Amino acid sequence: MCLRKEYIMAKEVSPGVKALRQVVEDVYAEAREAKKQGKPVGWSSSKFPCELAAAFDLNVCYPENQAAGIAANRDGEIMCQAAEDLAFDNDICGYARISLAYAAGKRAAKKLDPETLEYVINPETEKPYTELVDINEIWAMPEGEEKEKRLAAIKPYRQMQMPMPDFVLCCNNICNCMTKWYENIARMHDIPLVMIDIPYNNTVEVDDTYVAYIRGQFDKAIEQLEKISGKKFDEKKFEDACANANRTAKAWLKVCDYLQYKPAPMSGFDLFNHMADVVTARGRLAAAEAFELLATELEENVKTGKSTLPFPEQYRVMFEGIPCWPKLPALFRPLKKNGVNVTAVVYAPAFGFVYNGMDEMVRAYCKAPNSVCIEQGVDWREGICRDNKVDGVLVHYNRSCKPWSGYMAEMQRRFTADLGIPCAGFDGDQADPRNFNEAQYETRVQGLVEAMEANRLAKE
Amino acid sequence: MGDIYTLGIDVGSTASKCIIMKNGEEIVAKSLIDVGAGTSGPKRAIEIVLEKAGMSEQDLDYTLATGYGRNSLMGLADKQMSELSCHARGAYYLFPKVHTVIDIGGQDVKVMHIDNGAMTNFQMNDKCAAGTGRFLDVMARVLEVKVAQLGELGAQSTRRVEISSTCTVFAESEVISQLANATDKKDIIAGIHRSVAHRVTGLARRIGVQDDVVMTGGVAQNRGIVDALQDELGVEIHTSPLTQYNGALGAALFAAQIAKKRAAKAAK
Repeated sequence: MCLRKEYIMAKEVSPGVKALRQVVEDVYAEAREAKKQGKPVGWSSSKFPCELAAAFDLNVCYPENQAAGIAANRDGEIMCQAAEDLAFDNDICGYARISLAYAAGKRAAKKLDPETLEYVINPETEKPYTELVDINEIWAMPEGEEKEKRLAAIKPYRQMQMPMPDFVLCCNNICNCMTKWYENIARMHDIPLVMIDIPYNNTVEVDDTYVAYIRGQFDKAIEQLEKISGKKFDEKKFEDACANANRTAKAWLKVCDYLQYKPAPMSGFDLFNHMADVVTARGRLAAAEAFELLATELEENVKTGKSTLPFPEQYRVMFEGIPCWPKLPALFRPLKKNGVNVTAVVYAPAFGFVYNGMDEMVRAYCKAPNSVCIEQGVDWREGICRDNKVDGVLVHYNRSCKPWSGYMAEMQRRFTADLGIPCAGFDGDQADPRNFNEAQYETRVQGLVEAMEANRLAKE
Repeated sequence: MGDIYTLGIDVGSTASKCIIMKNGEEIVAKSLIDVGAGTSGPKRAIEIVLEKAGMSEQDLDYTLATGYGRNSLMGLADKQMSELSCHARGAYYLFPKVHTVIDIGGQDVKVMHIDNGAMTNFQMNDKCAAGTGRFLDVMARVLEVKVAQLGELGAQSTRRVEISSTCTVFAESEVISQLANATDKKDIIAGIHRSVAHRVTGLARRIGVQDDVVMTGGVAQNRGIVDALQDELGVEIHTSPLTQYNGALGAALFAAQIAKKRAAKAAK
């Protein structure tokens, strides 16, 4: 462990982080290219067994990652409202609303003057205003300058340029809303839905009957994917993807484990960004290599006393839940002001699954934040809280995710009882900025910091 | 070491409260203005408390701001702290055996767990306004009574009326329906008090309720709410005549603690 009290702040983006970013860029770029070539492109839930699609060389995009990116690019609200205009209720998950609006052809675009086709500039930001457009209407326009300009006005970032789906891969281990969300997309586009239903695990161990049930669904999914791809199941490609997924998971866990150092050689907030690789590319060798590179950099940071945290670490917390992507600066500001580093996130154990053989793979996919019982959920979290030496817990009561937020009140109670640490909850949303209030959040963070300080003084 | 004078100011969403203390032991003066963050309230409250104390800003050793508008006093105050800790500190000063503090503010509800005078954990309401001071403001307006009258009127209730605790707008509709049905206002008010108490109880039970329980903030002046909460929680709830000043009191006490440390360090 590093004995220095304060790490020197690392300012530049490291080669490991650059490599991780490139991996995700490649996922989107390859999907766009596949679409251009007329190959089928799928949309997949984040914890669908990616190894199955990899066995057919199929290009797959991830709407959850896409929605997070759209929200982080400040277009979550306009897309959520677009979904609401399509009659999807505002109580539905923000990711689902963004994804459904996108699937229906809605896009955030730089605002064009209808007469001149020039961008309409916001004098405050000196950038074009944002407007909602419909890609289907633009595609239906006659070829010409207007069509070109309207297509060019669509925001250029990768998540707003994701190709439309030819099939969808849905696994409901990560989210209960997923089934209806993907069913809607499949109906909108009249495309095949490959469904893997993971039963809720009300015990810590996965029952053998569950394994048999899910393996049966894998066989059915393989049949469907053979039809979609026009190819036979390639066992070698499947095994390679499994090997890569295991290697990625091990490297991901290794990266996460660096948060056990006190002070940590990284900002735990970084993990939220690195999650993109675990979601979109865990079956790729490049993802495993990028995480391994990042791990070596963190090892070096520990030796040299560097950290990606842009302030001295005074307190360590577990951040529970998905961040409010549209409000990341507002989320981070009070943490920075009070010297709080996020040193634990549940994504570490939830996505760091290593398996050997098909049955173990099935069991691994049974374990996601919303498919495990509260005992397993508490065990995951309390494990990382202890290992990563947290002083408190900041819980995001995410309006988008009722199952996740629903059990948090009881989890909070157990964290305090078992670990003797304070917990503060705040209201927010992973994608819809209308559900977050900065002043209310700041008070809760300050209260948590004061409670952590009181606990620290009491222990001294 | 000479006497230490500290100012605690609580800039809430609906009122600004000040307390000046001598040596963190004696309250020298207090002031309250019925408007809070974003208004002239904080400045006026400071002017009045200084005038009452016969002091100027220069006479103050330390100023600590709390409440929703605490950050608007950057430059005026030496430090900002959350109203959570300040309410906990104020309640501990008034009731040294306190373990649970319930504060109903204009925009939020807080329940704090206290160990040896320090806040070690807390719970706050979600984004819904039900159960907050604003909820009572809305209901008082519909009923055409003053918020300050609610306690007295509710105490005269003779018949039980249920009002929703899930949503301010739903509850407002229910109150309007009850009025349309000629239900006695006093019964409706008692129902509103139980509705608030029900909401706050849910929050308090999440964190655990341990004696002594103290209720702070302006809403604690409403006896109807305090009684309804006692019924719901099944514990005695302590209040103080200084309840509305409790956050400012805590702020002045923290300020005294810091100023004393600073003075002791300077004396070395």
